[in-house]
Amino acid sequence: MAKKTKKAKRSELTDSGLIDITKRKFRWSDYLAEKIIRGTAFLSITIIILIFFFVFRESMPIFNTAKPEVKTETEKTSGNTQETYGEVTDPATAPGVKGADSTVSDQPELQEQYGDIKDNVIVSDSVKNAAYTVSAGSGHDDNQSALKSLLTKDWVPVSQNPRYGILSLIIGTFKITIISILFAAPLAIMAALYTASFAGKRLKEIIKPTIELLAGFPSVVIGFFALMVLATFLQNIFHYDTRLNSFVGGIAMGIAAIPIIFTITEDALTAVPRTFNEASLALGASKWQTAFFVILPAATPGIFAAVLLGIGRVFGETMIALMATGNAALMDLNPFTSVRTLAATIGAEMAEVVFGDTHYNVLFLIGSLLFIFTFILNAIAEFYVKGKLMKRIQGK
Amino acid sequence: MIHEKIHTENMFLHYGSKLALNDISIQIPEKKVTAFIGPSGCGKSTFLRSLNRMNDLIDGVKIEGKILIDEINIYDKNIDVVTLRKKVGMVFQKSNPFAKSIYENVAYGPRINGVNDRKQLDEIVETALKNAAIWEEVKDRMNDSAMGLSGGQQQRLCIARTLAVNPEIVLMDEPASALDPLSTSKIEELIVQLKEKYTIVIVTHNMQQAARISDLTAFFYLGELIEFDKTKKIFTNPEKKQTEDYITGRFG
Amino acid sequence: MIKSFKKDIKGILIEGVTLSAALLIIAIVVVMITVIVIGGKEQISWDFLTKFPEDGMTKGGIFPAIYGTALLVIIMSVAAVPFGTITAIYLTEYAKENSIIAKTIRFAVRTLAVIPSIIYGLFGLGFFIKFVGTQMDSTFLGGQLKWGQPNILWASLTMALLTLPVVIVSVEEALKTVPKDLRAASLALGATKWQTIWKVVIPGSISGIMTGTILAVSRGAGEVAPILFTGVAYYVATLPASLSDQFMVLGYHIYVMTTQSANVDKTMPIQFGTTLVLLALTFILNISAIILRYRIRQKKTD
Repeated sequence: MAKKTKKAKRSELTDSGLIDITKRKFRWSDYLAEKIIRGTAFLSITIIILIFFFVFRESMPIFNTAKPEVKTETEKTSGNTQETYGEVTDPATAPGVKGADSTVSDQPELQEQYGDIKDNVIVSDSVKNAAYTVSAGSGHDDNQSALKSLLTKDWVPVSQNPRYGILSLIIGTFKITIISILFAAPLAIMAALYTASFAGKRLKEIIKPTIELLAGFPSVVIGFFALMVLATFLQNIFHYDTRLNSFVGGIAMGIAAIPIIFTITEDALTAVPRTFNEASLALGASKWQTAFFVILPAATPGIFAAVLLGIGRVFGETMIALMATGNAALMDLNPFTSVRTLAATIGAEMAEVVFGDTHYNVLFLIGSLLFIFTFILNAIAEFYVKGKLMKRIQGK
Repeated sequence: MIHEKIHTENMFLHYGSKLALNDISIQIPEKKVTAFIGPSGCGKSTFLRSLNRMNDLIDGVKIEGKILIDEINIYDKNIDVVTLRKKVGMVFQKSNPFAKSIYENVAYGPRINGVNDRKQLDEIVETALKNAAIWEEVKDRMNDSAMGLSGGQQQRLCIARTLAVNPEIVLMDEPASALDPLSTSKIEELIVQLKEKYTIVIVTHNMQQAARISDLTAFFYLGELIEFDKTKKIFTNPEKKQTEDYITGRFG
Repeated sequence: MIKSFKKDIKGILIEGVTLSAALLIIAIVVVMITVIVIGGKEQISWDFLTKFPEDGMTKGGIFPAIYGTALLVIIMSVAAVPFGTITAIYLTEYAKENSIIAKTIRFAVRTLAVIPSIIYGLFGLGFFIKFVGTQMDSTFLGGQLKWGQPNILWASLTMALLTLPVVIVSVEEALKTVPKDLRAASLALGATKWQTIWKVVIPGSISGIMTGTILAVSRGAGEVAPILFTGVAYYVATLPASLSDQFMVLGYHIYVMTTQSANVDKTMPIQFGTTLVLLALTFILNISAIILRYRIRQKKTD
């Protein structure tokens, strides 16, 4: 290396002993580095496109209504699962899963067992559904009927007559999202307003790192807390029947959404130019009037974005939903009944399905819905809100 | 006859839609100190930065006309900009040592040129530090961080760092503007010594400084080269009224 | 006089209400930590941290879960940190600030950051396992099933995608704190762009790259949804020995113990213990990241 460059250095000189700048050199390391860096930069875009493509691809067969082999496969699966439906295989005694083919079948049936242990309502509900299905069971399930059943409320994927009505899942997801945002948004926005407008330096130095710590809480830990402590605590206050329900789940998810809403709101509030602030104070307005009538309105688009992203966070949250909501696909508007969210459905059932059957495709379809929804939320937050914010602050 | 090291012909520089340099033609001789003076915003720094193509880094800069160094247009297509910058070194207004040791700061240039032999490096570093008149002050703490040096020392270290690459031309962009008078006079002494080996072009807002150290002085005003002559002539008997006004302190 | 007094009442009220919101959030955090620490501290012992689960997971330790978590975040970091850093370098050093490409990449990065983690799980299943894995099996192993199923490699790569934006954002912030003067100094010495990046810019933002890595690790250690069906296992009798093995993870361990175990009350101490370990782990990581980041910001304002 050194030798080579020394040689190169000598050739840099012209006959008169001056440095020659006319010989354009090709530098491999720079060329390669630039190519690699430019290529890699597109990775993020590529990943998004791939996610779009592959999540949709796996959900596509559901729209292909004439595909006989899928039909038989599905029947076989539902038959198999039906056998173990009511019974609880103790997963702890299951043999060690190691590498090979046993993965899928060794994964315990999440929601049913879960219900058995934690919550009677679910079991009775599932059993009712199962009984109903069997009595109504009339054999044919193919993609067409799956597609038809999509917009019904019955989510009974594992039975002789599987129905994939995602309506109750969607309603449940919205129910829990509303509860958690009603809880988290006011709290986080007010706390952000306090931090940005009133808090002294020392208090700020407590609040902000605490929020950052909360943002670092794994959702499974929040779910655990909700399941073990919050559920009992809230039940003792409100005296409802089902211990795990959309209210508990909503509050827990709200806790998870607080850091997002807080951080973005606080950013938006502090981005309001000082001059606004000073002008208002100079006009004789008090601190709170400035905060309330000048800073807060100027930052509304940012706060709106914060809430949107908070909604996105809750909407796709899986672990808390699995642990704290009761997981029954009921369709009502009572906040104290169990729900089953879209994300939790994927989380609970994907490990048990047979690759490529209708149930599998429907779960991917649900995933596509989640993806589209959060993508749109983010796009709105990004473009619409940012444009508005800029307009307001810079007066452009 | 004095050899012309740098030579521009009808050079224009646009920054976006704004004309920043208007028809600059100048001939800068070898191994002399040439000073650019003028009020701030007159284009003298922009012009200086065109001489080693540092303006390439700024979006929206367009240059027309010729800038010749050793009779070669440095904006030609086949010019190797990296080599050009080795030939034309630059010292900045604000001292900007790397967050490395004193030794590594000076050795940076030689290292990127492929000099890895420790003995050779030691030699280059010592010579450069001596040429920059800072050797005595730092020879016992070569491995200390350069950030611990005083402002004046940092600036001389930056000069040493530039010299270590062994350039032919050294461009200096107000190198003493942020320094105390003592450090400034050290740098000025140094510049006068350096012209034995290097062609030096210095931008300064300090007219006394230009008068003290330069052989030739160019006066820039509003993007134009108003007058360029021997320093003595510019300061005692300028041709143009604008130059006289500026020098006598009537504006700027 | 009366009017201003009224105003003051309103002011005090608003300040009080917003303050209580802030305090309530802090209280929630404190309560969560306290409950988990009190519930779990009895359980923490050397044996608990270094032994395998025993008696159908009702006794014993959580070593395989700790080991699996560590392995997961290591493989994940190896994938996410270089790619994330390079993307950040592109955005700060190569892309023009307002070019369409840079804007698109930034939008993509922010989108990646908000996609629900379960979607990454689906993608991992659909892409890594069903597409890449199956292809690998049919190409190299003649259709024998090895890579076309969940394992630690696919789980780690899925997690790497999830944590990529975390790395990009932190590194970009750090790269921006390297003064433009230093880049100019290096270029003026005849360094090429890449030499400047490699020798000046990257060393100047090492702490930022570390912050990004730590935050990514913390995120990866705590996430469960992306690996639910890309490689995590309920119980594995041996530690993963190859990239095609399944593995246990702390977060998933908590989940299965609380929702699937036959006797939830009996394993309660283990659940709290495991949660405490996971929380402590993410805590230490987060606090060090917070400290590092404040230092970087300090440097910027200096």
